[in-house]
Amino acid sequence: MSIMLAWSITAAQILLGCAMACAAIRILWGPRAQDRVVGFDSLYVNAMLLLLAFGIRTGSTLYFEAALIIALLGFVSTVALAKFLLRGEVIE
Amino acid sequence: MNPAGEIPALPAILTVVLLVSGAVVTLIGSFGLLRLPSFYERVHAPTLGTTLGTACIVSASIIYFSALGNRLVLHELLIIVLVTVTTPISLMVLVRAARLRDGAEDDEISSHKERNKHL
Repeated sequence: MSIMLAWSITAAQILLGCAMACAAIRILWGPRAQDRVVGFDSLYVNAMLLLLAFGIRTGSTLYFEAALIIALLGFVSTVALAKFLLRGEVIE
Repeated sequence: MNPAGEIPALPAILTVVLLVSGAVVTLIGSFGLLRLPSFYERVHAPTLGTTLGTACIVSASIIYFSALGNRLVLHELLIIVLVTVTTPISLMVLVRAARLRDGAEDDEISSHKERNKHL
């Protein structure tokens, strides 16, 4: 049972890594700035899920706190970037 | 390589199923982000990962840590609440910015054509 769990965590990590690669390619290609911001949004959510999978693998709750911080700061930075695209400045 | 502790069979199977299905759903969402043709279609795809994918993986984490510690561990729910509340806000602001930029570009193009017509 433990071996099955270990292999499924490895599979989930590989799949989430592929998802992060898709988002990174969209950031590099993205024809316009808003495409890059959407790619960044997807990238940080995937990184957060990857950290949760690492937390299941190691059995420690430290990774959960890192994932929570990524979710918070990622939201703030996405809104800041979108606000910059909307107005040309972040804080008015 | 091996997970930290041994847990009973039923929570382990639930963890495996939820973890892998959440990862697959997230990958499908990110692949849609890569493949869809226009920006307004692309915005929809990653929300698959932020809603269903996050819910599945966080549920797997809750079940695993509850079975590992023999008590109910619910602090991972914070991530579900945070991501579910914040994703629509950031995407709404982003799409408004994109619409504004598209509109500004169209105005610029039409005024440019207007000027060329006068010439």
